[in-house]
Amino acid sequence: MFSPENIRRDFPILSRQINGKPLVYLDNAATSQKPRIVLKAMDDFQRQHNANVHRGIYTLSEEATELYETARQKVAKFINAKTSEEIIFTRNATESINLVALTWARQNLEKGEEILTTEMEHHSNIVPWQILAKEKGLKLNFLPTIPEKGILDLSKLANLLSSKTKLVCIGHISNLLGTINPIEKIIEQAHKIGAKVLVDGCQAVPHLPVDVQKINADFYAYSGHKMLGPTGIGVLWARKDLLETIEPIIGGGDMIKSVTKQKSIWNDLPWRFEAGTPNIVGVIGLGAAIDYLNQVGMRNVWEHEKKFVEYLLPKLKAIKGIKVFGIPEVSKNRGAIFSFWLEGMHPHDLASLFDEEGLCIRAGHMCAQVMLEAYGKPAAARVSFYLYNTLEEADKFLAAIERAKKVFNL
Amino acid sequence: MSDLYREIIIDHYKKPRNFGKLKNPDFHGGEDNLVCGDRVEIFLKLNKQKKVEGVKWQGEGCALSQASASLLSEMLMGKSLAELKKTGNKHILKIVGENLNPSRQKCATLSIEALKKALS
Repeated sequence: MFSPENIRRDFPILSRQINGKPLVYLDNAATSQKPRIVLKAMDDFQRQHNANVHRGIYTLSEEATELYETARQKVAKFINAKTSEEIIFTRNATESINLVALTWARQNLEKGEEILTTEMEHHSNIVPWQILAKEKGLKLNFLPTIPEKGILDLSKLANLLSSKTKLVCIGHISNLLGTINPIEKIIEQAHKIGAKVLVDGCQAVPHLPVDVQKINADFYAYSGHKMLGPTGIGVLWARKDLLETIEPIIGGGDMIKSVTKQKSIWNDLPWRFEAGTPNIVGVIGLGAAIDYLNQVGMRNVWEHEKKFVEYLLPKLKAIKGIKVFGIPEVSKNRGAIFSFWLEGMHPHDLASLFDEEGLCIRAGHMCAQVMLEAYGKPAAARVSFYLYNTLEEADKFLAAIERAKKVFNL
Repeated sequence: MSDLYREIIIDHYKKPRNFGKLKNPDFHGGEDNLVCGDRVEIFLKLNKQKKVEGVKWQGEGCALSQASASLLSEMLMGKSLAELKKTGNKHILKIVGENLNPSRQKCATLSIEALKKALS
């Protein structure tokens, strides 16, 4: 039986007080809190099994390698990758996207060819393509949105996809709006004209079951720290047949089979793309986070988060002076991420007042300035919920808005 | 009701003093806080004794940045050039709050940065 109250007991930080009030953590789209088993797995590793991986013959190194590679298998299974050879560990999703930009895209796109991203993207799915476009003389196109509905304007897709389009980069769920994008439909159309598709799954993998084979993308990137894992560990999933065609960009230890003065022979997948000692502790922490999420069940996580959409969204929309950005037509089918503007108050003031009450909310541009521009605001306030949040906390959030309005005489 | 947003802050935010522009200012400068889109621009006019006889400012952004600019504008009237140059963060933080966290300190001292730009 899914119970957020029971789940909360597994997260030591949630018993903390902030400014004398119980912590109410509502910035899960930025990063998630960590359950005890993740902290313990990382601690145990460093106390009991610490050694470098893929190196030694000795017991300790074998243990470290075994733990590291078992975690990779968990990651692969969690998103239904065909094989763990398709899982490359990076620092974060940003690095995963940049890795595709610096390898496959750089090696395959020619001057005058085009990349299609969307106006809804996080900066991490725009800036790497701007850098590459500048370097290679590519054209970067943006699929527009319908801001008031908070959705991509799919009617413009066909016109933006041409024989010149080689890569389409799209977010699975918007980190600003919570919108679930119709990625399978877009992927199908992109594949028809021979383009490859990269999906930024940062706001999806932590929250709902993701099946990369069913989605049929070519690249899928996400971060460990947003799914109960530690910071410093990200994932790039890529189809094996594609990975086999890519030259590595970072050279060094562990990514080679042999090195002579004349040349080096690359290691097998996926190690070819993981030069140097990896973030072993981070990978083990991520593996434990996946164990935890599997135990709870991703269906349950998703069903729980939908409660906030059903409960909070109508109440939030009804508050005088509040404008919630981009409410999709099918408002139930969205992530529990709500960005809004309170007339007469800057989001930073709102966040400061919330902090006095122990509430953590995000204020700023959410690394989505292109999308925010469509709403004509320099910043927004954002709340985002996860498996350990309760409806009682949603009520505290609503009460904090009323208090803020009082302080500002609104 | 709030430690940070005391009446004086809300009052200056809602009713900014010396808000506007000065024609032919002796000193003029502005500063942006790119992270949150706050902006403060200051205009100063000196009299023959080289003391401030006119202050105006304009801007947009959070209550801390705007109220601080308003409070600063009141503080600057009648000051000599030497006194203007000595006006720093501590003067504004004394009024707004000395326990601000670093990111909010930036908001509160944006007008000081604008003043420095104006004098440079």
